[in-house]
Amino acid sequence: MLAFTLRRIVQAIAVMFAVGIIAFSMFRFAGDPVNQMVGQDTTIAEREAIRRSLGLDDPVILQFSHYAANAAQFKFGISYQFRLPVTDLLIERMPATLELAICATVFAMVFGILMGVYSALKRDTVLAKLFQAVSLVGISLPTFLIGILLIYLFAVTLGWLPSFGRGEVVKLGWWTTGLLTLSGLKALIMPSITLGLFQMTLIMRLVRAEMLEVLRTDYIRFARARGLTTRAIHFGHALKNTLIPVITVAGLQFGSVIAFSIITETVFQWPGMGLLFVQAVQNVDIPIMAAYLLMVSLIFVTINLVVDILYTVVDPRLRATVGRAA
Amino acid sequence: MSICRSLFAATLAGVLALAASPASSQTLRYANQGELKSLDPYTLNETTTHAHLGHVYEGLVERGKDLKIIPALAESWETPEPTRWRFHLRKNVKFHNGDPFTADDVVFSAQRVLAKGSDLLTRIPADAKVVKIDDYTVDFILSSPNPILISQWDTWYIMDKKWAEANNAVAPTPVAATTPSYASLHANGTGPFMIESHQPGVKTVFKANPNWWNKPEHNLKEIVFTPIASDATRVAALLSGEVDVIEPVPLQDIQRVNSSPNAAVLTGPELRTIFLGMDQSRDELLYSSVKGKNPFKDVRVREAFYKAIDIDLIKNRVMRGLSTPSALMVAPELYPLSKDFTRPKFDPNAAKKLLADAGYPDGFEVTMDCPNDRYVNDAAICQAVVGMLARVGVKVNLLAQPKAQYFAKVLKAGGFKTSFYLLGWTPGTMDSHNVLHDILGCREDPKDPNRGQANLGGYCNKDLDALTDKILVEADTAKRDLLIKQAFDISIKDYAYIPLHQQSLAWGVSKKVKLTQRADNQVLLYWATKQGE
Amino acid sequence: MSDAVVSNSDKQGAQPTRAAQSWFSRALDSDLFYSFRRSKLTMVAAAITVLFFLLAIFASALAVQNPFDPAQLQLMNSRISPLWTADGQSPFLLGTDEQGRDVFSAILYGMRISLAVGVAGVIFAGALGIGLGLIAGYFGGAVDGVIMRIADVQLTFPAILIALLVNGIAKSILGNRLDATSMLVVLVISIGLSFWVGYARTVRGSVMVEKNKDYVAAAQLIGLPAPKIMLRHVLPNTMGPILVIATINLALAIITEATLSFLGVGLPDTMPSLGTLIRIGNNYLFAGEWWIVAFPGLALAALILSINLLGDWLRDALNPKLR
Repeated sequence: MLAFTLRRIVQAIAVMFAVGIIAFSMFRFAGDPVNQMVGQDTTIAEREAIRRSLGLDDPVILQFSHYAANAAQFKFGISYQFRLPVTDLLIERMPATLELAICATVFAMVFGILMGVYSALKRDTVLAKLFQAVSLVGISLPTFLIGILLIYLFAVTLGWLPSFGRGEVVKLGWWTTGLLTLSGLKALIMPSITLGLFQMTLIMRLVRAEMLEVLRTDYIRFARARGLTTRAIHFGHALKNTLIPVITVAGLQFGSVIAFSIITETVFQWPGMGLLFVQAVQNVDIPIMAAYLLMVSLIFVTINLVVDILYTVVDPRLRATVGRAA
Repeated sequence: MSICRSLFAATLAGVLALAASPASSQTLRYANQGELKSLDPYTLNETTTHAHLGHVYEGLVERGKDLKIIPALAESWETPEPTRWRFHLRKNVKFHNGDPFTADDVVFSAQRVLAKGSDLLTRIPADAKVVKIDDYTVDFILSSPNPILISQWDTWYIMDKKWAEANNAVAPTPVAATTPSYASLHANGTGPFMIESHQPGVKTVFKANPNWWNKPEHNLKEIVFTPIASDATRVAALLSGEVDVIEPVPLQDIQRVNSSPNAAVLTGPELRTIFLGMDQSRDELLYSSVKGKNPFKDVRVREAFYKAIDIDLIKNRVMRGLSTPSALMVAPELYPLSKDFTRPKFDPNAAKKLLADAGYPDGFEVTMDCPNDRYVNDAAICQAVVGMLARVGVKVNLLAQPKAQYFAKVLKAGGFKTSFYLLGWTPGTMDSHNVLHDILGCREDPKDPNRGQANLGGYCNKDLDALTDKILVEADTAKRDLLIKQAFDISIKDYAYIPLHQQSLAWGVSKKVKLTQRADNQVLLYWATKQGE
Repeated sequence: MSDAVVSNSDKQGAQPTRAAQSWFSRALDSDLFYSFRRSKLTMVAAAITVLFFLLAIFASALAVQNPFDPAQLQLMNSRISPLWTADGQSPFLLGTDEQGRDVFSAILYGMRISLAVGVAGVIFAGALGIGLGLIAGYFGGAVDGVIMRIADVQLTFPAILIALLVNGIAKSILGNRLDATSMLVVLVISIGLSFWVGYARTVRGSVMVEKNKDYVAAAQLIGLPAPKIMLRHVLPNTMGPILVIATINLALAIITEATLSFLGVGLPDTMPSLGTLIRIGNNYLFAGEWWIVAFPGLALAALILSINLLGDWLRDALNPKLR
């Protein structure tokens, strides 16, 4: 157990190291940072002085270790666009993205499980077929089209929901939340659905498949034979067995949700990290791009690590195999 | 009797005013397509930034609703001799932090605006001396007469010397600063609003200043500013009542906003002239199929480009009727004789012939730089221009970019890296001289380094420059207007630029809000009132 | 390195086609074709996919104008509504946009770009993934370790993020030299780099299984070189799963391209793909000019939906366990 955990941690560190090299190369080689900082009138001597002060004349290995040391302390340099430390910008916008990602995941879990269970138990009803169709659409329609469609329907035509932004937010220390105000909650609805639809589809398909699988197993047949009520069998046994993989998938997908919020945030002008990243790509703001890459990888790697470890804690049988399955 | 009556009337008016505006209680939400990047008033010489910061800071003078210069922090001024201006400062004015406003702050602000890193160097001649006479009197001593000295001072905002010194903000924050300065994140002005919070690119909250020296015309408690880059989102936000004022309303949405019950579009002519420019200075264009020579050095090519463009079609189709085609590089509102000028006729056949005469019977290839988020329908105008030039045989490759990258490439700081471009210009002085000096003046004038600073194509005619210098010192308006006419005539004969049109202002305003639209497109909400909800 | 790849693919020329053919004819006889004929939905999806491909290939013959040629656009004809509405005008079946671009022609040409980028991206990803998968599986050991660790890292990032990063880096390196053609290449590369892992894992897996089988040992004994064994014998066995991955990836690649264009980092507006058309049209949606966004949106959705249906069917048909 300990050996397994250690191995996973070492692997995670190696991944972060590799991503760090990519981020550093972007930062260092894609576009001369000095050119981005100075004006046209800056003399060559001044440029050289800036190069030295930034340590750009040091050996690359040394530069990378500086970059890594800074990154480990969450110092990612200054944004070319905003002239502010990238870390400050990211921290300021992180609550918006995390809140959206969590709401989207909750939405995806609740509806995904409900729809999945229903379509497994009542396979041939019209509603189940409808759910299947919805799931196909959820996979096929690009996120931005769904967002545009929702805005057109609920913000412009019906005027029920706000079309952009977070509404009113409340400050709790450095964290800002839209969950405590009515306008904040209303603003969350459409972006959460847009972002969560893909995950919902995934979970629904998974739950349906798992339920069907479990219902075929012997112990359900025995339970039936013992005369347990259908309700107890379905929800007490079948669903419970289904939930472990579902939660695992939802956990693993959380990183994807954060990354996909790039598109949702652009459509809804949601002031999160994704919008910041898209603006950075459009404006070739390398420090933000590199920092975002590192941030998202850190989130991904952490989630993977935690899920792996939890998984082995929950289900000891998996310890041997899970190392390769991730 | 009459005194009594007028007193009564005044009291009544006061009571009514109070009743009508329940003591500054409203929150006004405002969305613009652009962000407010820095709170330092000397970082960026740009209309929208000036407008935002104009709520917080004030200049010695300001411009009224009709753009006339009126006293602000200076109560009055005189010019005892042509090279000496004396300003009498307003007393009992306090900065937001409580510091009193005095002559020291004016002297400090003059030094700061001229310091390295300031983007507003043109506000004061570099060799002017600023002298404190007493706490409330300041003299500006110039080396040569300058009748339009104060014409851009409405956006030269006065800063607090004590505050700047205490917070290590004496030097202006350069556009290219690598560390955010205190002054770019905080503000301490004398204006009607104070910064309550500022998240760059996300949200800025302005709170009404209860101790403002002047009587507020607004009834606002606070202004919440949010940048919304997406046109569709911005309009949707206005229509659903999430915001009260938006700027700009995209042309295609004007009708829809006007037909909605909640809001209407305030349109009016803007003073900005949109034009096309051509690189006439390099011996070989940076981005073109023609090698070894520069086709734009030939006036026939420039004339051909001009005549290939059907401006009425652009007006009717791309601008949906909301533009005023222009023969001049300055808006008619700013120059009384502009009626005397007409555009050469759209004539594609003549254009083809001119190109053939110039040695390009099959046209040539050139890259066009164009912003896609700066002016009204900028990228669409460029695409239309590309199509029109294609029909006379010129193949234009369009490079439409966000304004940050566009300006970084084409402006002086980027080395004027363009062959053919679209730009817009509003003379900050509200006067033709600025256009003749900044846009049409020769670059690299050893005596006047600021001349031609926005002349991206490097057009140069010494005769025009000589006239421009005469115009600066000419005090007789009628004579001056004639000199301006001569200067513009030279530029037209040279086909120095291709002026396109003045675009229209389009502000989306909730029906609950009343505000004044100023033709320089500064959205000034200290003139806004909002009905209670 | 590149020489080796070229010579490999030269050899590949004659034989694997035969292998693929035999696989294909086998497939036609098998229950694959049977299940195809049984599912009406799949047949409709296949028909739509084929139709879209044909439309894209013959775009220049079917379109009333070349929407990428500015000289052919008449500003006079801008913002005309579809033919069947009151203000419709022939020959603009689906109306025109702000620049007088015929929406129908723009969809055809845009579809051509979307499909070309998608197919090229999938081929690039497939070549890269299959190549690396073969190498990893055959050599095993440290080579395998490095390649698969890279794949692990890569897999942690969603395609769109990788594509955006590649795009951003290319932009900052190429800067102003980035014209439409190199932008196309950048798009293909960014999509290809985002999707290679699936192929690599699948191929590696089957190589690992196959390489211990007797026929491989026999081939080795008669002195066939390693690349030949892998290409002739091992690879054809993985064709089924690869086809499934490729089909699903094609849909994903098209979505990715559309998303990049929608975010404004794809091809220039003068050369619009479906995503660009939707981004531009989105600005006019609320002004009542719905056709500029609606038809490209519908076309994109229909295209992706049909390809996904095909992919679903293919996966189920090739994997009887799931049925």
